[in-house]
Amino acid sequence: MKTGDVIQFSTRALSGYPTRTFLIILAMAIGVASVILLTALGEGARRYVSNEFTSLGTYLLIVLPGRSETTGGPPPLLGQTPRDLTLEDALSLTRHSAIRRVAPITVGSAPVSWKHRDREVTVLGSTDALFEIRHLSMAQGKFIPAGDPTRGEAVCVIGYKLKKELFGNQSPLGQWVRIGERRFRVIGELGKKGQSLGLDMGDVAVVPVASAQTLFNTSALFRILVQANGRDAIPRAKKTILTTIRERHEGEDDVTVITQDALLSTFDRILTTMTLSVAGIAAISLSVAGILIMNVMLIAVSQRTSEVGLLKAIGAPSTQILRLFLAESAILSLIGAGFGVILAFLGTWGLARVFPKFPFTVPIWALGAAVFIAIITGLLFGVLPARRAAKLDPVDALSRR
Amino acid sequence: MIHLTGIEKTFLVGDETVQALSNVDFTVQKGEYVAIMGPSGSGKSTLLNIIGLLDRPDKGIYTLEDLDTTELTDNQQASVRRNKIGFVFQFFHLVPRLTASENVELPMILSDVAPASRKMRVEAALSSLGLSDRAKHRPDQLSGGQRQRVAIARATIMEPDVILADEPTGNLDRTSGIDVIRILEDLNKKGMTLIIVTHDPNLSKRATRRVQLADGKISIDSRSF
Repeated sequence: MKTGDVIQFSTRALSGYPTRTFLIILAMAIGVASVILLTALGEGARRYVSNEFTSLGTYLLIVLPGRSETTGGPPPLLGQTPRDLTLEDALSLTRHSAIRRVAPITVGSAPVSWKHRDREVTVLGSTDALFEIRHLSMAQGKFIPAGDPTRGEAVCVIGYKLKKELFGNQSPLGQWVRIGERRFRVIGELGKKGQSLGLDMGDVAVVPVASAQTLFNTSALFRILVQANGRDAIPRAKKTILTTIRERHEGEDDVTVITQDALLSTFDRILTTMTLSVAGIAAISLSVAGILIMNVMLIAVSQRTSEVGLLKAIGAPSTQILRLFLAESAILSLIGAGFGVILAFLGTWGLARVFPKFPFTVPIWALGAAVFIAIITGLLFGVLPARRAAKLDPVDALSRR
Repeated sequence: MIHLTGIEKTFLVGDETVQALSNVDFTVQKGEYVAIMGPSGSGKSTLLNIIGLLDRPDKGIYTLEDLDTTELTDNQQASVRRNKIGFVFQFFHLVPRLTASENVELPMILSDVAPASRKMRVEAALSSLGLSDRAKHRPDQLSGGQRQRVAIARATIMEPDVILADEPTGNLDRTSGIDVIRILEDLNKKGMTLIIVTHDPNLSKRATRRVQLADGKISIDSRSF
C-alpha cells in the first residue's frame, strides 16, 4: 500500500467520525498550546530579568572596598579597617587589556539649590566613563566631559526629576546651581532611565569625581565600576583588578569584586530550570491527550472490527493494519499539534497585548519540541490500539457484524 | 489446484474442545463449481476459512497451486489472499463510510495498483454488474442485492483463481439471491473456481459437485455433469 493511499484511507476513516475526531484534535491542540505558551512565559521571564541586568551595563564588574569573607572562618576580633579605594587605584586599572572602561564613583548627599529653590539629592562623583558603562542617555546638553579625572571642574549633570523641581519648564543649561558649598554650571540633563543599582537616576546630580571628593572632603571612593573588554574578558578583568589592587595595597586583599555576569548567569540558570519544569508540567497535559487518543483509537478498533477482518480477508497483512491505525493516530496528533501552534500564537499575541512590557517570545526549540512530543505521544499511544487491530483474528472479526 | 490432506482443526469452547475438522482430505480442480453443505457446526465454514487462508489448520497440509501454504508467513499468506482468492460473505462486509466504487477499489489499493488503472477497472467491474449508476452510493444507500454485487465486484477485481462464498444469498430475498448466484456462475464459466458454502438445497443442486460435511468429516462427495 502506498503512503498516499494510507493517508487517504486514514483520513477518510477519521472524517467518518467527525465529533470524536474533533474532540481528540481539540485535546491535542490544548496540550500543545499549553506547552508552547508556558514555555513562552518562562522564556519571557528569563528575557525580562536579563534585560533588567543589561540595563545596568554590559560586562560590568563592581569593585567595593573591604573584603567580604565568603569562605567562613571566625570574624576578625580586632577591628580590621579596610584601606580606602582611591582615585589613583581606579586610574591604575585603566591600563589593562581586559578592561575597557573604569568609572570611579563617590557618593554623597547634599542640597542642590537654584535661586530660592533647593532640594536634598544624591550627588554622584564620577567621570565620563560612567555614561557608557551605565548606558545613560541625555535629555539635553552633554555629560561630564572627558579629561583629567583628578581635576575637578565646576560642572554638573542633573536628573530629570531634579531638573523639574528646580527649573520647572525652563532650560537648565548654562545655569549655575549651588551644591553644598560650591557652585556648579549645569551642562546637561539625564534622560529618563528610572531605577538602577538601587539608585533613582532621576533624582541625582552628577559632578566630576574630583569635585565630589572636594565637596565631601574625602579621598575615598564609594566603589569603582569596571567594564570588561567583552564577556570572555570578565574573569581576566577580575583577576587583574584583584592583583593590581593587592599590589597597591601592600599585599592586602581588601577589595571585593562582584561580576554582574555571575549574578545574571545564576538568574539565567534558575529561570531556565523554571521554564523547563513548567514546560514539563504542560507536557503532562500532552500525555493526557495521548491517553485520550489511545482510548478513542481503542473504541475505533472495536467498532471497526469487521472492517479489520475484511481488510485481512482481501489481503492486508497485519503490518499493514498496524500502519493504517498508526497513521490515524499520527494524523490526529499532527493536526492537533498544528492547531495547538496556532492557538499558542494567538495566546501569546493576546498576552502581549495585555502585558505589553513583558517580552513574550515563543522559543523555536519549544515549538519544535511541542510538535515533536505531540507526534511521539500520538504514535506511542496509538501503538496499543493498532496492535490490537493487527492481532485480530480475521475469522472472529468477520463473524461479528 | 486446491489440495488438502489430513486437515485437523479443533476449537476450545469453554472447557470443551470441539473437533471442527478431523482428518479431512479434499481436492478441488481448477474451474470446478463446488457446494459445501452441512448442518451448522459441521465445520463447513472452518473448511472455507482454511481454504481462504483466514485460518490455519492444527495439522495437515494444504497446498494451493503447488504452494505449501502452511509454511507461509503472515505477509506471504496475505499476498496469496490478495492475488488468488476472492471472498464473498453473507453479510457483505462493505466498509460503511466508503462508496461502492471505493469499496471495489480497496483490494487494488492494497496491491499497489496505479490509481489511473484502478479507476478504469472499477468502472468496468461495476458496469458489468449493472451498478454504474450506484458507484457514488454508500452501502447504506444500496439494496441487499446491490451490496452483494458490489462485494462480488470487490472479490473479483484482482482476478483471483478461487472465489469463496460463505452463504452468499443467506441475507437476500429470492430474486436478488438468484441474481447473485447467476453472477457467480458466470464467473465460474469464465474459469474461476467457485466454492460456495450453503445449507440451501436448491442452491447446492446447481453446483457440479456437492460435498456434505458432518461432524468435521466429509460424508458425501458427489458430482453431476
